[in-house]
Amino acid sequence: MAVQLEFDRRPKALLAIIDSLIMIRRSTTHIVRNTDQLLGTFFQPIMFLVLFSAVFGGAVSLALPKGVSYLDFLMAGIIVQTVAFGSTTTAVAVCNDLQKGIVDRFRSLPMSNLSVLNGHVVSDLFRNTISTAVMLLAGLAIGFRSSATFLDWLAIAGIILLFTLAFSWLAAIVGVIAKSVEAVQWLSFVLVFPLTFASSAFVPTNGMTPILRAFAQNQPITQVIEAVRALMLGTPLGNHGWLAVAWSIGILVVSLPVASWLFRRKTTK
Amino acid sequence: MAQNDYVIEAKNLLKSYGSNHVLKGIDINVQRGTMLALLGPNGAGKTTTVRILSTLLAFDGGSVSVEGYDVATQADKVRSVIGLTGQSAAVDELLTGRENLVMMGRLYRLTKASAKDRAQELLEEFDLVDAADRPAKTYSGGMRRRLDLAVSLIATPPVIFLDEPTTGLDPRSRLAMWDIIKKLMANGTTILLTTQYLEEADQLADQIVVIDGGKVIAEGTAKELKSKVGKDRLELTFAKDAELQAAVKALGKDVVSTDDKEYSATVTIQDTNVDIRRILDLLAAEKIKLQSLAVHKPTLDDVFLSLTGKQKVVEKAEDK
Repeated sequence: MAVQLEFDRRPKALLAIIDSLIMIRRSTTHIVRNTDQLLGTFFQPIMFLVLFSAVFGGAVSLALPKGVSYLDFLMAGIIVQTVAFGSTTTAVAVCNDLQKGIVDRFRSLPMSNLSVLNGHVVSDLFRNTISTAVMLLAGLAIGFRSSATFLDWLAIAGIILLFTLAFSWLAAIVGVIAKSVEAVQWLSFVLVFPLTFASSAFVPTNGMTPILRAFAQNQPITQVIEAVRALMLGTPLGNHGWLAVAWSIGILVVSLPVASWLFRRKTTK
Repeated sequence: MAQNDYVIEAKNLLKSYGSNHVLKGIDINVQRGTMLALLGPNGAGKTTTVRILSTLLAFDGGSVSVEGYDVATQADKVRSVIGLTGQSAAVDELLTGRENLVMMGRLYRLTKASAKDRAQELLEEFDLVDAADRPAKTYSGGMRRRLDLAVSLIATPPVIFLDEPTTGLDPRSRLAMWDIIKKLMANGTTILLTTQYLEEADQLADQIVVIDGGKVIAEGTAKELKSKVGKDRLELTFAKDAELQAAVKALGKDVVSTDDKEYSATVTIQDTNVDIRRILDLLAAEKIKLQSLAVHKPTLDDVFLSLTGKQKVVEKAEDK
């Protein structure tokens, strides 16, 4: 062979980080190359935003506090709903890799295997960040206004990123367990849809039946939505801020090791 | 690197899924710079064996070493000296051929510059330069397999596992793949190949291990295996059933099989020249008209059939 090969002999821990960076680059390239998904990333959030504000706006604004427009109220809900659905792309990507045999290839290499999951989860963060930015811009264009300061925006970004990270790792579990991509899709739908609708995303929880209200007011997605909403609208944050962070960290510390363990187990059988 | 008589060495390999015993004590030894073909029908345990040897699968008993490294306890060391090409082409479809090669090279711990140079070299060698910067999903089946094999060669590992590298390929792509494999062998790479095509094992391998039902049922060179079945065969075809029956009667116990639909009989012969003359004389004396005759050298098909007693579980390469 003509080419003289040189191997990277740096410490193993560093190489494991480089593996993750390589896999992040791979998954991020997928975002750009997967044109259908890319269109979804841009247009789905805009569609939801415009439709919901137009359809529900008139009716729901009656139930809102004076001076709050439905669009301003909706913004936080629709962002969190979009990233919650968006994180399920991790599940699809993980399942796809397992089905197509490329995971076998990765496992026959002297690399860190969990970097496959890291790659998908981190690229999911990128994609959801784009979605969120698109939604905010579209919102501003149709009249969304926020009183948030720069620091508030940093806090909002932090809460949303942490929540996306947690949900992506949760989605990774679904991706490892599911037997097909179709199964992933309905499973994620069944998990995420009730959570986002039985929340304060689109309507205030006051009008719900007591049992539903108790659920809606205390589940993690509502905490995240309420925290983001309070920061956007300048209303009191209450317990929502730290509850949102606590829920996200809680989901993360459980689902990250579980997903990794399941992935390892599934790929060595 | 540890020196060893055998580069790949498996002793009494056992693997079960519950009560389903997939491997029942397989022994495999591959000498440096040679190719061993693991031959057997679907479900014989070929892929399971390769997955164990290439660290993808845990096993229940026995021992396996590759380049002197224990597969069970030194998996990382083993992974740095092997290349694996599985049954389904395991390339990233959304990445280009070049991106696939460079990425896998980096994951093999090559430096960035080495990975890029080597990728270019392989693209040229595998005739993929024109398609190098197109996503792999646009590749044909043959191109995809070539890319897949190129990927497993990115770090020039001394040991290569090829799990049914030509299954599902058209004849032209299969021949191209054989050429590539022969080149690899000329470079001194140690190869373990699995195949259900007897012709493939016959063409490529130094050493053949035939497995069925998770056990080794025969091993040796292609020549040795064929000599186990021995003897050339003569196939006689007639125009009518009556003539076939008359011939069978005249030839007696030399007839090993008959085909009533084709009106043909197969006869074993010891010495081709002498026996053909003798049989033709015999048929002429009985006034039996022969339509055609053909001499068959024993093929690995025959070996397989006589070893397993199974009817054509194995397809010939040309059939696909």
